[in-house]
Amino acid sequence: MLQSMKHRGPDSTGYALYAERTEHVVMRYTTANTTTPRDFEFQNRLQRNRAEAERRLASLGAKVITCEQETDYAFRLTLDYTGELKQLADQIEDIPDCEVLSLGHSLEIIKDLGDAETVCAQYHLEQFQGTHAIGHVRMATESDVDISGAHPYWAYPFSDIAVVHNGQLTNYFQWRRRLERSGHRFNSECDSEIIAVYLAEKMSEGLGLKEAMEKSLDELDGVFTYICVTADALGVAKDEMAAKPLVLFEGENMIAMASEEMAIRAIIDHEINTYDPYEGEVMVWTR
Amino acid sequence: MDAVTGESQIVYDARGLVEPNAEVPKISSIDGTKAEFDANDLTTRQINLELRWLINEQGITDVTVRNPGAKHSLGVGILTRCKITFDGSLGYFGCGVIDGPEVHIKGRVGWSSCENMMSGTVVVEGNAGSLTGAAMRGGDLIIKGRLGARTGIDQKGGTILTMGSVGANTGFMMQRGRQVICGDAGHGLGDSMYDGIIYVGGKVRSLGIDCVPGEWTDADTEFIDRKFRIYELGTPPAFQKFVCGKKLYNYDSLEPSERKLVL
Repeated sequence: MLQSMKHRGPDSTGYALYAERTEHVVMRYTTANTTTPRDFEFQNRLQRNRAEAERRLASLGAKVITCEQETDYAFRLTLDYTGELKQLADQIEDIPDCEVLSLGHSLEIIKDLGDAETVCAQYHLEQFQGTHAIGHVRMATESDVDISGAHPYWAYPFSDIAVVHNGQLTNYFQWRRRLERSGHRFNSECDSEIIAVYLAEKMSEGLGLKEAMEKSLDELDGVFTYICVTADALGVAKDEMAAKPLVLFEGENMIAMASEEMAIRAIIDHEINTYDPYEGEVMVWTR
Repeated sequence: MDAVTGESQIVYDARGLVEPNAEVPKISSIDGTKAEFDANDLTTRQINLELRWLINEQGITDVTVRNPGAKHSLGVGILTRCKITFDGSLGYFGCGVIDGPEVHIKGRVGWSSCENMMSGTVVVEGNAGSLTGAAMRGGDLIIKGRLGARTGIDQKGGTILTMGSVGANTGFMMQRGRQVICGDAGHGLGDSMYDGIIYVGGKVRSLGIDCVPGEWTDADTEFIDRKFRIYELGTPPAFQKFVCGKKLYNYDSLEPSERKLVL
């Protein structure tokens, strides 16, 4: 599906993949961004960052069960850890150039520059066995072409929540300042990151996914269609202007949606009935 | 380490994005004035070239396109009277700037279909995305499913008839023509419309600026009945009629300096 959407954004591709919940914490993190200078010190910095990350994990009592290095700068760890996820993420992200892409018991976020096939091959995603997923191809408009600016966004510091977004938020800085005052961190200049953190904040106040998404229609300004996924639910919200597309297919055993129908056609070879959700609509499915 | 950059990774696939030198595939099976071809492995450009070759050079008057696959911009710029059947769905911008053909789409159409349609008929069996029939000037556009937002924005003529509901800002800045909506209408119906008529069978979430209820006449009944009869749509529901209130500034004859004083 994502490869067929390549024309919408060739800059970067991201996947939020969900598998059955494990007892271990799965952490995806990077030790450099694509905008990190590739100077003579680069390889040394990668090694230092990785060693420092491992040291900090050990100091927090997080035991590394497995460690897979997928690129020079991208790692997948499974951890035996029962402490606070926020503390874990903060400790890793305190290391210069390090970023936690996802942290949880069922979510794994993989994102990098290039099209869907490139990223899929780079991270060996064809072997992934999961339950549901969302993805995004990005054409950078208002922030850098880098891994931080790529979607999906993890809803730091809450586990297993991810968001992809099409649109622009016009009250981005207001919400960023508010959320930073509440203790949340931002790794990018991308307005889409606000949505993930915003939803996480609302859910931490006790709202369900649907209620939090409905509230976002009132509190986030701009034009947007976004998808939010948790370990057992998938939601979509469209602003009152309905300026950003989404085509939806609800089958007996699957839900598929994309900005263009041809993405859905890429995985379904027979005639199906698809439709666009209306303006101001929030829809949530649970598995 | 290989630093991957976005731009260097652009390799366009086979959907007609960059292929200025595409040739006519000439793969159709032709039977008299009828032709049929499978579009599954063709790009947008190849499909449109094949259509034009059949209609303009081979004298074909009835074409069936199998497996259109929701590709974008199919069937655009057809300027002759002929029959085209798409045996599936179209993506964005389908059947734009057409003048004369009778098009039957057995699936759904994406955003901005039938933009600037001049004449002819387009019947869509499924749903349609937003901006359907934008700036349409003539002809009949029949959607048997539901429509997205901003249907018939800037419509300048013709008829858009849907058996389902429509989204927000339908008929925005409509200038002429008619819209027949059997279902509900989203907020801002007919906002800033200049002229034209919108009939709604269901509920209206809210009217746009200067869109007001209109007086029903026998001509309205005759028009609705005729369209339902022609396209075999059954018995029409009871409709409300909406027109332009003509109260906006563009309908007065005041100079800008006078308007400041009066309004």
